[in-house]
Amino acid sequence: MNEQLKNLSSQVKSGLLTRREFVARAAALGFTAAVANYMLAKTAHADSHAKPVAGGTFRIGVSGGESTNTQDPASWASDAPLATGFFWGEPLVELNNDGSLRGLVAESWSGSEDASVWKFNVRQGCTFSTGAQVTAEDVMKTMERHSNEESKSGALGIMTGIKSMRTEGNSFICELETGNADLPFLMADYHLIIQPNGGFDDPTAAIGTGAYTMEDYEPGVRATAVRRSDYWGGSQEEVAHYDKIELIVLNDATARTAALQSGQVDSINRVEPKIAKLLGRAPNLSVKNVSGRGHYVFIAHVDTAPLDNNDLRLALKYAINRQEMVDKILQGYGGIGNDTPINAAYPLFDETLPQREFSIEKAAEHYKKSGHDGSPIVLRVADGAFPGAVDAAALFQQSAQAAGIPLEIKREPNDGYWSEVWNVQPFCASYWGGRPVQDQMFATAYLSTADWNDTRWKREDFDAMLLQARAELDDAKRKEIYSNMSRMLNEEGGVILPMFNDFVDAISNDVQGYVGNPSGPQMYWKAFKYTWKTA
Amino acid sequence: MHPIIKLVAQRLTLGILLLFAASVLIFAGTIMLPGDVAQQILGQGATPVSLANLREELGLNTPPVTRYFNWLGGVLQGDLGTALTNGRDIAESISGRLKNTIFLAFWAAAISVPLAIFLGLLAVRYKDRWPDKTISAVTLTTISIPEFMIGYILVYWLAIKFRWFPSVAIINDSMSLLEKLNAIALPVMVLTLVVLAHMMRMTRAAILNVMQSAYIETAELKGLPMLTVIRKHAFPNAVAPIVNVVMINMAYLVVGVVVVEVVFAYPGMGQYLVDHVTKRDVPVVQACGLIFAAVYIGLNLIADIVSIVTNPRLRHPK
Repeated sequence: MNEQLKNLSSQVKSGLLTRREFVARAAALGFTAAVANYMLAKTAHADSHAKPVAGGTFRIGVSGGESTNTQDPASWASDAPLATGFFWGEPLVELNNDGSLRGLVAESWSGSEDASVWKFNVRQGCTFSTGAQVTAEDVMKTMERHSNEESKSGALGIMTGIKSMRTEGNSFICELETGNADLPFLMADYHLIIQPNGGFDDPTAAIGTGAYTMEDYEPGVRATAVRRSDYWGGSQEEVAHYDKIELIVLNDATARTAALQSGQVDSINRVEPKIAKLLGRAPNLSVKNVSGRGHYVFIAHVDTAPLDNNDLRLALKYAINRQEMVDKILQGYGGIGNDTPINAAYPLFDETLPQREFSIEKAAEHYKKSGHDGSPIVLRVADGAFPGAVDAAALFQQSAQAAGIPLEIKREPNDGYWSEVWNVQPFCASYWGGRPVQDQMFATAYLSTADWNDTRWKREDFDAMLLQARAELDDAKRKEIYSNMSRMLNEEGGVILPMFNDFVDAISNDVQGYVGNPSGPQMYWKAFKYTWKTA
Repeated sequence: MHPIIKLVAQRLTLGILLLFAASVLIFAGTIMLPGDVAQQILGQGATPVSLANLREELGLNTPPVTRYFNWLGGVLQGDLGTALTNGRDIAESISGRLKNTIFLAFWAAAISVPLAIFLGLLAVRYKDRWPDKTISAVTLTTISIPEFMIGYILVYWLAIKFRWFPSVAIINDSMSLLEKLNAIALPVMVLTLVVLAHMMRMTRAAILNVMQSAYIETAELKGLPMLTVIRKHAFPNAVAPIVNVVMINMAYLVVGVVVVEVVFAYPGMGQYLVDHVTKRDVPVVQACGLIFAAVYIGLNLIADIVSIVTNPRLRHPK
């Protein structure tokens, strides 16, 4: 009985039950409301005040690993390599759970008045696993490797704004082409792990400043790492409590949940929304979801007929039933979108932005106004575009049909979707992982010159606003500019954004100290560092 | 020349030609797939500059025909090359995976082949009576259920409910043999259930066929017990077709078990191959293809040799 009550209270904490539902269910188990509330408070209390315990092995089951992975940070694109990378390496800064920054290799940083020159001071006493102190030179070489002419790094896109780099004693200084108040956030990118001599000697050596060193590494299968005794961040009682970490690649969703249920791993990522509620009822484990900045989209090229017609785009935007998609595709593990890539998880989000409602009448009205000839509008979609993409497209087709809009779904193979369909075909389904700040999200996909401008949104006024906001250090003014940019996309953009997806993890109840991070699953892959196990 | 040596020589020559043809087909097939390895590595994060840099580095700008012959030249000298995606030595990565695949296939075969043949003999002995019907019904049921489904069912009962065996079958060199066997218990069970029916039914059919012969009737009339008749007179004459089916199933155990590997996260060749096909990593796909083709050719050769050796008429041709 007690076990069931504990399980219920952890469900309240993870947001699966409201307090009211909890009391009702507890009553069904034979507890009075007072006892139930006491239990709930006790569980919450135990969680927030428990003292970390050093030792033990943390075992994670991860979806998103292939035998083609490497330890070179420049090549990382899926979850397993990046999760492994954080064991041994650290970028200059990392993102806190509240979206703010914490210094890692960089002890402190400061920007010039116009935000065009940034100075990062390298932390003294921060050493590589070889024992060598990190120098400003190492930092600069790392940045060079990800941005020079021969670079094939996944971070190349975010490094393009840097004009020049230099070191000054203990500091790494970079000058930008235009001011960018958010530059420190870009430095939290997982590709930009600081390596000795920038990784030019051996990018796959897995030598960094992280709390652990790699023991075994078999790409796409497993990785193990052991705690360093000389970690700069402190002793095992303070941070990085586990003696050892073991990562197992479990790409099959059922294999992943089975491994957690049978006690072979302590934590898994990507719990499928359709089983999350069921899994949460299993004893000894909890489902943890955190709303993030990632989103699922239907993207239309605004320069290609027939969707170069804004009324037709508006018709489609009104014809999509966002709430239904959140309920049916995400099973409630997510939030509705508003045709802008920005949501409340971003700093400087404007809550006053009006939410576009589902309206068949308005959709029909705009469709009529667009003067579309009635030929089917082809929407390309694949299972791999985002989980549930094909079903979401079918829902979209149905609600559009109710407004008289002929949407034709063309199903594409997963294989080759990102090279042949996305960013090539004029109307397709896709997803975005989100970025830590608004500037980076807009600059990645909505700037005229962006390589991944997958809606062909090329507007000089929008670009100018982005640059203006970027160099603006007054938050109130920036917020206003960002708000106007979101309004523009909402009204005229090619992005039809029905939903923001939560990150859904499941962890064993032995694991303590877990707090969701909106930047990614598994506390943005830092669970190994900030959680501990009760004996 | 002895017919067996002649056959082996013929088959080996033919086998090498087949391997060559297979490598051409695999190469052409991988090239025809949309996208190239550079695009697949960078994925959604590709920019034109990083794509160009990566293509240059991987040598994708040389024409495909040149690349094929470069690869072939390397292989003929025993060099499988390095993987385009992670720069690892292919021979080294494959040998680990191949060892795992063979380990799993060996134990699955070690259990399923004797079991299938024994059940087949049993079914013949009790033909059309309840043991025969039960054996057929059960094995035909397990072969009809998709292998991942059998996997999930076993995981649910044996790993989650009773916790007898682990649901993740990852093995590594630091484990003892007993630990390894415990880890692969569930995949071995699944594979056994999947291959059992085919071999069992073939054993049953082949022996029943022989049982129609006059010499079996003679043996029976001599008063030999049924099992002795089967063992001494029927089985030796039915070995050839049985061995054929056994070899086909063994080839499946080596080559076709990717679904089982995924369900149990087993680090075998199948998953390795699929990952590299997805990434268009041609040299690795080629290497895996060659190994798989060689396994098929080799096992078929064994089947043919066995059918000659067990048949005196073929063994001593006039």
